[in-house]
Amino acid sequence: MVIEERKMQSLAARLSQDEVRGRSPWADARKRFVRNKAAMAGLIILILVGLFALLGEYVAAWSNDELDFTVMGQVAQMGMPSLQNGHYFGTDDLGRDLFARTVQGTQISLMVGIVGAAIAVVVGTLYGATAGYVGGRTDQFMMRAVDILMSIPYMFVLILLLVMFGRSMSMLFLGIGLISWLDMSRIVRGQTLSLKNREFIEAARAIGVPAWKIVLRHVVPNLLGVVAVYATLLVPLMILTESFISFLGLGVQEPLTSWGALISEGAGTMNYGTLWQLAFPLFFFVITLFGFFFVGDGLRDALDPKDR
Amino acid sequence: MFAYIMRRLAVAIPTLLLLIVFSFVLMHMAPGGPFTQERALPPQVIANLNAKYGLDQPLWRQIASYLWGIVANFDFGPSFVYPDRTVNQLIAAGFPVTLTYGTLSFIAAVVVGVGLGVVAAIWHNGFLDYLAVGISIGAQVLPNFVMAPILVLVFTLWYRMLPGGGWSFEDPSYWIMPVIALGTSYMASIARITRSSMLEVLGSNHIRTARAKGMPEHRVILRHALKPALLPVISYLGPVFVSMITGSVVIDVYFSTGGIGKAFVDSALNRDYAVMMGVTILVGALTILFNLVVDILYAWIDPKIRY
Amino acid sequence: MALLELHDLSVRFATNDGEVQAVNEVSLSIDAGETLGIVGESGSGKSQLSFAVMGLLARNGRASGRVVFDGQDILNARAKVLNHIRAEKIAMIFQDPMTSLNPYMRVADQMAEVLMLHKGMGKRQAVAEAVQMLDAVRIPDAKGRVRLYPHEFSGGMRQRVMIAMALLCRPQLLIADEPTTALDVTVQAQIMTLLADLQREFGMAMVLITHDLGVVAGSCERVAVMYGGRIRETGPVGPLFHDPAHPYTQGLLAAIPRIDQQGDTLSVIPGAPPNMTHPPAGCAFEPRCPYRRADCASLRPPLEDFAPARARACFAPLADVRAHRHNARLDDLETGTRAPSRDEPVPRAALAGAGMAGTPSKVDE
Repeated sequence: MVIEERKMQSLAARLSQDEVRGRSPWADARKRFVRNKAAMAGLIILILVGLFALLGEYVAAWSNDELDFTVMGQVAQMGMPSLQNGHYFGTDDLGRDLFARTVQGTQISLMVGIVGAAIAVVVGTLYGATAGYVGGRTDQFMMRAVDILMSIPYMFVLILLLVMFGRSMSMLFLGIGLISWLDMSRIVRGQTLSLKNREFIEAARAIGVPAWKIVLRHVVPNLLGVVAVYATLLVPLMILTESFISFLGLGVQEPLTSWGALISEGAGTMNYGTLWQLAFPLFFFVITLFGFFFVGDGLRDALDPKDR
Repeated sequence: MFAYIMRRLAVAIPTLLLLIVFSFVLMHMAPGGPFTQERALPPQVIANLNAKYGLDQPLWRQIASYLWGIVANFDFGPSFVYPDRTVNQLIAAGFPVTLTYGTLSFIAAVVVGVGLGVVAAIWHNGFLDYLAVGISIGAQVLPNFVMAPILVLVFTLWYRMLPGGGWSFEDPSYWIMPVIALGTSYMASIARITRSSMLEVLGSNHIRTARAKGMPEHRVILRHALKPALLPVISYLGPVFVSMITGSVVIDVYFSTGGIGKAFVDSALNRDYAVMMGVTILVGALTILFNLVVDILYAWIDPKIRY
Repeated sequence: MALLELHDLSVRFATNDGEVQAVNEVSLSIDAGETLGIVGESGSGKSQLSFAVMGLLARNGRASGRVVFDGQDILNARAKVLNHIRAEKIAMIFQDPMTSLNPYMRVADQMAEVLMLHKGMGKRQAVAEAVQMLDAVRIPDAKGRVRLYPHEFSGGMRQRVMIAMALLCRPQLLIADEPTTALDVTVQAQIMTLLADLQREFGMAMVLITHDLGVVAGSCERVAVMYGGRIRETGPVGPLFHDPAHPYTQGLLAAIPRIDQQGDTLSVIPGAPPNMTHPPAGCAFEPRCPYRRADCASLRPPLEDFAPARARACFAPLADVRAHRHNARLDDLETGTRAPSRDEPVPRAALAGAGMAGTPSKVDE
């Protein structure tokens, strides 16, 4: 999965133009988005997954840490998905209810994705807007720093951090968010450079508004389109990163779980004939990635239409 | 060109040094130190261990001697957990394996991805385009840790065609699943990038000029469109390389291929900082080196980049 | 017999927001050695007309009608047929010399490949020929510069390279699509003089597409004025300029600023070009026309001869137009704004200046 930088730049360039033909670009964009079938399907998927994460607990017959002793030890025969015993998605190899576990994993994965993306977007936007607005030496220094950070194998450093400072959830949020703002800052900087010379910024400067206020009140709001698209596309990347780390057993720790950890468990036990353990978490993982992916793409195409 | 390479190197080397110093300082900031275990060791033992590994000296001396070891002797020091093994031995055992399937996977991803993207762009909105787009969208949500179990499920558990793990340099059937599992999602991304950039190039003015010259379409594509269409792909190769090295960790763990990824995860679980740092620095060096190659390749293709 | 004849040539583009009717039933002819100017504002379909002739429409474009070159119908012909005509018989130069040359190839290679392809020359001979042609378009130190990349040339020099490249096979017809639009005024004059000289030297016909009436007056024999994808008036250049018979032509001529002009305001044509996704049922110029009458909004005026070699498409009596007797007020039309229908998103490709629908054009960049 990749966020195509050139398309983002094209979007940024378009959104920093003067109001397109006197109409708000958002009005047209909404129409285009609604007409985009893939994007709407993605949106519906995301809403459903969101509802699953929020309401799943109330539907589940078992809690996520209860052990069902009747299936323990013979999970392959007794633990399969069934409506009778309340294990809608079956049980895992310890006899825990997979439905409840999947709800929990969905909550955590979505949370890591959204919080991580939010951190990355906030840091990236502020950094990029500052560099672009201040300009000169500061800008050069800040961007060179980004260049350097870009060539660091961040996943290894992140694991290093997690191991040294303990594998807590907050560390995971922070670590994942802090490694993904680099691309964002580049795009924001570029757009800030082109916004900088627009009349309303010059007007604000002329009446003596302080620089930090101009950045926050006048530059950042104008970046909203890019930020929204970028954030939407970043969430699945964050989910991927978290799942990757959890798959290796270095991320979310028991009793908590996430899609990556569940997939890892499912992959480990599938040769005992408990395929549902892999299938259900994988299903939610895949459709959610699709959902974010289609929505983000649709949002971008709606804001930056090209007749392709 | 030479001056350009030199300038790039002038940035690359400090970056690497920075990475080394950064991870070393990080290790020092870590609460507990490398010998903290569940069973607390007597203070005297810890002190002896610290003295043995030089951890009792001032930080700058430790960094200096660590750096000197790497630069002068390519020596990453001993493992903290297995005193009889050096980091170099651990890396040397795994690296050839990682290199083999990693290189194959990288090449396969680039070749198939570019091919798929070009075909899709040429037959834009045709059957082949939809097929290629379908494949690339589908494969994007199949990262290595998803592909690996699926492949094992299908080709080992159901069809019993391929070995489900292990490694042999002699028998390529051990290579197939690691190569596919590692490369699939990058192949998809490369195909997407190639397709969209090829479409853009094919609609550009200079391609119209080439067509107005009366050139057959295949020559227009090969001579005029391919180079500019590949530029975004080339700049994406750096991130692909990093992600693939990262992904190799999953491959090594899941397929028990015995590459450096396994050593890394084991050291992470055992808090064996020396090995973790060794691997991180090695990967960082490879990354920086590869980015250098990509930059040079880019400059070589695009005449507008001034050396 | 005419060298090139267009019969009812139409061009349509399929876009996400509907079908764009870029060119509508245009008929034209050009004799060997003649110079025809096609004039119109951005988005009038003049460039798409020339792309259709050469088979260079964007992927989403469709052309219909007939294009007869030298007795052969070449519209939508097979690639093999077209490739023998392109560059060899009909060559083309484009508006934007910055992007129309391949930025990743040396000029020598770009020029030589034309000769290697069409004349079967070897590389060395082809480059030598290219250098000669660069000399002919008066590029100083052609021999040294042929090894350079396009970005190492100035804009005017790049357009000279384009011209040299187009002339390599000594075509019978040169289509010049806004050859001077992207250039400085001083360079414009040089390029036009160069084109006129080369045309005489090589004895080729030329179609000059431009929005610049001055360029047409200086170098064409005949003019066709296009608006909304249709020809509005054609005729020899002198009579058409002195006695414009169509309200649009009149408006265009009046809009040229003059040094001897009285008053402060420049004359403009109020209103905006039509949205070609939903072209008006009647005359496309009707909303902006000071001579409009009741029928104009519902009926399309046909292109009719009214004097030897002259034709116009307008319902207003010729005498009224000649005497500037306006019968409609245009106060409700603000100048320079467009009035798209409320709810329909305006497709970008349907708007002014978006060169080839679906491809990046000057406006989109």
